[in-house]
Amino acid sequence: MAASGKSALNKAPLLEVKNLRVEFPTRRGTLLAVDDVSFEIAAGEVLGVVGESGAGKSLTGNAIIGLLEPPGRVAGGEIRLEGRRIDNLPYEEMRKVRGAQIGAIFQDPLTSLNPLYSVGRQLIETIQTHLPLSAGQARQRAIDLLKEVGIPGAEQRIDHYPHQFSGGMRQRVVIALALCAGPKLIVADEPTTALDVSIQAQVIALLKRLCREHGTAVMLVTHDMGVIAETADRVAVMYAGRVAEIGPVRDVIKQARHPYTEGLMGSIPSLGHRSERLAQIDGAMPRLTEIPRGCAFNPRCGHRGQRCLVERPDLMPAGSSRAACWLHDPRGVGAAAVGELADA
Amino acid sequence: MLAFILRRLMQSVAVLLAVGLVSFSLFRYVGDPINAMVGQDTPAVEREALRVKLGLNDPAPIQFVRFIANAAHGQFGLSYRTAEPVSRMILERLPATLELSFCAALFALLVGIPMGVYTGLYPRHWTSRLLQAVSLIGVSLPTFLIGILLILFFSVILRWLPSFGRGETVTIGWWTTNFLRWKGLEALILPSITLGLFQLTLLMRLVRSEMLEVMRTDYIKFARARGLTNRAINFGHALKNTLVPVITVTGLQLGSLIAFAIVTETVFAWPGVGQLFIQSVQFSDIPVMAAYLMLIGLFFVIINLVVDLLYFVVDPRLRGQMGRRAGAH
Repeated sequence: MAASGKSALNKAPLLEVKNLRVEFPTRRGTLLAVDDVSFEIAAGEVLGVVGESGAGKSLTGNAIIGLLEPPGRVAGGEIRLEGRRIDNLPYEEMRKVRGAQIGAIFQDPLTSLNPLYSVGRQLIETIQTHLPLSAGQARQRAIDLLKEVGIPGAEQRIDHYPHQFSGGMRQRVVIALALCAGPKLIVADEPTTALDVSIQAQVIALLKRLCREHGTAVMLVTHDMGVIAETADRVAVMYAGRVAEIGPVRDVIKQARHPYTEGLMGSIPSLGHRSERLAQIDGAMPRLTEIPRGCAFNPRCGHRGQRCLVERPDLMPAGSSRAACWLHDPRGVGAAAVGELADA
Repeated sequence: MLAFILRRLMQSVAVLLAVGLVSFSLFRYVGDPINAMVGQDTPAVEREALRVKLGLNDPAPIQFVRFIANAAHGQFGLSYRTAEPVSRMILERLPATLELSFCAALFALLVGIPMGVYTGLYPRHWTSRLLQAVSLIGVSLPTFLIGILLILFFSVILRWLPSFGRGETVTIGWWTTNFLRWKGLEALILPSITLGLFQLTLLMRLVRSEMLEVMRTDYIKFARARGLTNRAINFGHALKNTLVPVITVTGLQLGSLIAFAIVTETVFAWPGVGQLFIQSVQFSDIPVMAAYLMLIGLFFVIINLVVDLLYFVVDPRLRGQMGRRAGAH
């Protein structure tokens, strides 16, 4: 809570996502993969975005960096960076934003680097694309960056090729590449998923330290609550293309306001409490073609009421967080739960 | 690296020896060389004397060694047909074939690769679809038909270009070249297109599919996320990653361009080694055929060696691997 209090100083947010919709036109109609998602990221803040596969978290990230893979497209809403609208920029304009103002880190460090060029060449290329530096200055900056991300012997390693680095080292190089033109925001899409557990922690710590030092905000997309808990200031929980809950990370973890978040937290095994089985949320996230009426989570929800079946909740204040659940509406979930009919 | 080159050289020598064995067998066992050399009424004693003189009575291995030693010195004996030294006949005609193959390869590379890149980058654009369709024709039409159609159109109907021969050539030392006279260059156009068209479509399709593959990779997505220009991404990052297969195929195809220039040379009456080979087959001119076989073998081996070395230039991963493997030896 302290962290969020600090970062939520009363200035305009760095990134503002408002009612974002991402669509995929398919032969069988249009799929709405991201539906009415809104959030903000303040300068220097780390926002964790968590959710199951297919919840729309990576798509939201890709929409922000303007790299949705066709035929996916932003169908509605706005994305603003420092007040400037970036979701409708022409390709060439957006290209100048990418790397320079928004950096990106992807899941797999093994495949994110071009195998045919030395890491130095890739760094210098990126630096010179965005910054007016000479070849020598760019090289010096590249060496400094490699040192900063903790690559020993950076002066020699700069001329090495990606295959000469280990996975963790490569992800450090990727982080250096994302940071090399000094962006204000980094969209990190599952940055540690492909790494060994022991290295995950190092990479996360590094990312956290660098962003603090450079004042870079991070949108950290992951399905790993542990990473979120350790790194993020605030967390957004996504479910079936929508934000289910968003709030300071401590509150969301300690006192989840949305039944889905509750289930998510409940399913994290802890060493303290040995139970017979791992807790799990019954059922599965609906496919995009079969999102139920009302609240998308209603078939799996224990608090389901009449209202959840027909009316879709938007984010509403719930304690220090905001949650998309009628439980936090003065009118509640409506008439008593309709029983287990829908499950059959 | 050096060890690798040495090993490849040794393999090349082995391949050439094998080709030599085939050539030698052809020379020695297809028909009786003596029959081909002397008249019908030459007495048996003289035949025997010639046989001894040429060493044809020696054991086969010794003859093979002698054949190889001579071949290494570029000596393949005399042609049965013209009684000229085979090496001289081939050397006279080699420039024509090499220049033709070179132009055809250049045509295929300079047109095929850009077309492949374009169709790979914009697979849905109508020009890409058109190129794809047209390239099917290029792949499926036989070379001689393309040649004849080109002659019909550009030589007979439009009368723009000559239909046969090398046109005007300039002789520099023993090398006769088409490149220094307008008439010579003109004469190169139709045969080069005929010979190169198949390779062009092959290269275009190869580059296209490789580009499609590479554009989907994470490092291209990451390059975009870093805000690199399209130019840097398409040509710096994507095209270079398609090069290893392209080099492989180009190398192989360059060999076949030289080897299969036979058909094109026949259609255009191009005085190259291919045409010489066809004439030799008609006359059972075994020494020329044997020499031609060795020559083509040599070209293939050299080209493959160059291709292997180019891999190193392009792909740093191979440099590391080969270095380590060579170090272990």
